Amino acid sequence: MAEYAAQGKLPEVLFFVGCAGSFDDRAKKITKAFVKLLNKANIDFAVLGTEESCNGDPAKRAGNEFLFQMQAMTNIEVLNGYGIKKIVTTCPHCFNTIGNEYPELGGKYEVMHHTQFLKSLLKEGRLKVEGGKFKGKKITFHDPCYLGRANGEYEAPRNLLEKLEVELVEMKRNKSNGMCCGAGGAQMFKDAEPGDKEINVARTEQAQETSAEIIATGCPFCMVMMTDGVKAKNAEENLQVMDIAEMIASADDL
Amino acid sequence: MQYIPNILFIIALAAGIGYFTFNIRKIIRNIKLGQKVDASDHKSQRWSNVFRIALGQSKMVVRPIPGLLHIFVYVGFVIINIEVLEIIIDGIFGTHRVLSTVLPTGLYNFLIASFEILAFLVLVGVILFWTRRNIQKLKRFWAREMKGWPKNDGNIILYFEMVLMILFLTMNAADQSLQSLGVAHYVEAGSFPISQFIVPFFDGLSEGTLMVIERSAWWLHILGILAFLNYLYFSKHLHILLAFPNVYFGRVVPQGKFKNLASVTAEVKMMMDPDADPFAAPDEDATEAPAKFGASDVMDLSTTQLLGAYTCTECGRCTSVCPANMTGKLLSPRKIMMDTRDRLEEVGRNIDKNGEFKPDDKQLLNDYILPEELWACTTCNACVEACPVSIEPMSIIMDMRQYLVMEQSAAPQELNTAMTNIENNGAPWPYNQQDRLNWMDEN
Repeated sequence: MAEYAAQGKLPEVLFFVGCAGSFDDRAKKITKAFVKLLNKANIDFAVLGTEESCNGDPAKRAGNEFLFQMQAMTNIEVLNGYGIKKIVTTCPHCFNTIGNEYPELGGKYEVMHHTQFLKSLLKEGRLKVEGGKFKGKKITFHDPCYLGRANGEYEAPRNLLEKLEVELVEMKRNKSNGMCCGAGGAQMFKDAEPGDKEINVARTEQAQETSAEIIATGCPFCMVMMTDGVKAKNAEENLQVMDIAEMIASADDL
Repeated sequence: MQYIPNILFIIALAAGIGYFTFNIRKIIRNIKLGQKVDASDHKSQRWSNVFRIALGQSKMVVRPIPGLLHIFVYVGFVIINIEVLEIIIDGIFGTHRVLSTVLPTGLYNFLIASFEILAFLVLVGVILFWTRRNIQKLKRFWAREMKGWPKNDGNIILYFEMVLMILFLTMNAADQSLQSLGVAHYVEAGSFPISQFIVPFFDGLSEGTLMVIERSAWWLHILGILAFLNYLYFSKHLHILLAFPNVYFGRVVPQGKFKNLASVTAEVKMMMDPDADPFAAPDEDATEAPAKFGASDVMDLSTTQLLGAYTCTECGRCTSVCPANMTGKLLSPRKIMMDTRDRLEEVGRNIDKNGEFKPDDKQLLNDYILPEELWACTTCNACVEACPVSIEPMSIIMDMRQYLVMEQSAAPQELNTAMTNIENNGAPWPYNQQDRLNWMDEN
């Protein structure tokens, strides 16, 4: 972004990569797949790079409002400094926090989740999606809480899967009744409380009931949790976990 | 002498309504112990929520079977209250079926017939509800927090409703017999599609006996209603009244939007302001106590959250979809609401006794809700989505976490590590912020 600013330009959209997308090995693949799609669609985009910082979601949901607002205002200073108007994220947590909680703190942007953004590119004809290798495959979609219930977006990801011509098989708990992967509310960064099962394993079992070959999702944290769940069930052979951006990119052999 | 029943009725009515009002005022006082909430925004959406969610039961029917049964009981409850109006007028003035003299015969007959059908449906609904609780033993009615009083309370309410409906139908049946015998005072009025099947049981009974049956059923029915009205306060059943305001004050912004603490915003802004004087002395005129962060007791919660606690009818839909609860963790969103109400009631009794709240060495945190419960929440909003009357257990969990972290620094160790990382290097993991763009050069 700094380079754009140096040239006095403003990109069409800022891609807020997020911590997972920047550092987690599995999530970095989502970042790269999404960037491939952006490039393919000739989107003029920028990232904050080293000027980006955690949006503050885990701090806020762990109860540390102070740290959250510090993070939020730091990011807002940077974003406003560059005059950013439109943001896209591959993480529903960044999407939710920046979209819902930043405005009151002075950060007002149009924020889109990457599935919404990709859907709009398809609609405008800037990107084409064809079934390719996913055509007819049984695929289930795991709704990320912060995309689905938190913001009511259930259709954009399903719409993209439809474009991939997959056979969408829903889990019993889907959309507004979807079940959490277990990572939200800063659970990602701590061990679970004592119980009789891990949440991600329970959710993976629900996915297995659909006999899908792929669990599609749209969140780097769901990705980690579901991947671990599949491993715990020793089901890696016949059950993959993929982000929708990865599916579209690989369907197209990008 | 002839006015004795009227006088007794008026006394019973006044006592019933009086005591109920007395208790409702207590509830309002207790709710007002919470932090004020500004709900002057989104007026039209709030009203539309009331019509859709509370009146229209839109969230009840997400689960079709209990949803439909609940609609029977709910519509029955609302409509049969028109009959109660007639009973009250009759009771005060000693008339009999007064509305039949006012309304066109066809309309009156239609009303009575529909009350009967609804009463029957209520009976069916209530019996099936009882079966679900006690025979089918649905898991959510047998959870940890449902032992003892909450379990009995649920059944008592169902018995109350069964008895009231049976009395209503018995009263109508006896009335029919008396009507057909042409007894004075028992005007021919009403159409009785259900209670006609009870009439044969009264065959051969004398006028006197029938009158005793009719009068007993009439009296027991109205006294039962007054008793039930007053039972509400002591039970979980207040939702029949509070569901409406609770939905009105409920969420009108996306579920993912958590509130930002204004007191913190001021602090952070000052910290980030390069012109702020770091050595400025605190304002000497400031008399306000520094704000407490988060909630450790009911007074720290908002009036909306406290209203929610009284509104909760312990149906357990929240708990049955909670990922933490489903996987055996201690957390149950329903218990959060029940604990909040129990503690608020305890505070209320304290005020009744002492005139004002005297610290009792207890609070909501630890004495009712344990940190272990609070830390198990994934903030997934499933409980909020599932609640048929827009209660938000999750918001209480979040406020209490805030207290644990900001007032007591009592976060789990791993979370402290993650938060330190965020503070130091802008990510919950210990990676350098300068490496944020490394993915670009990797394959």
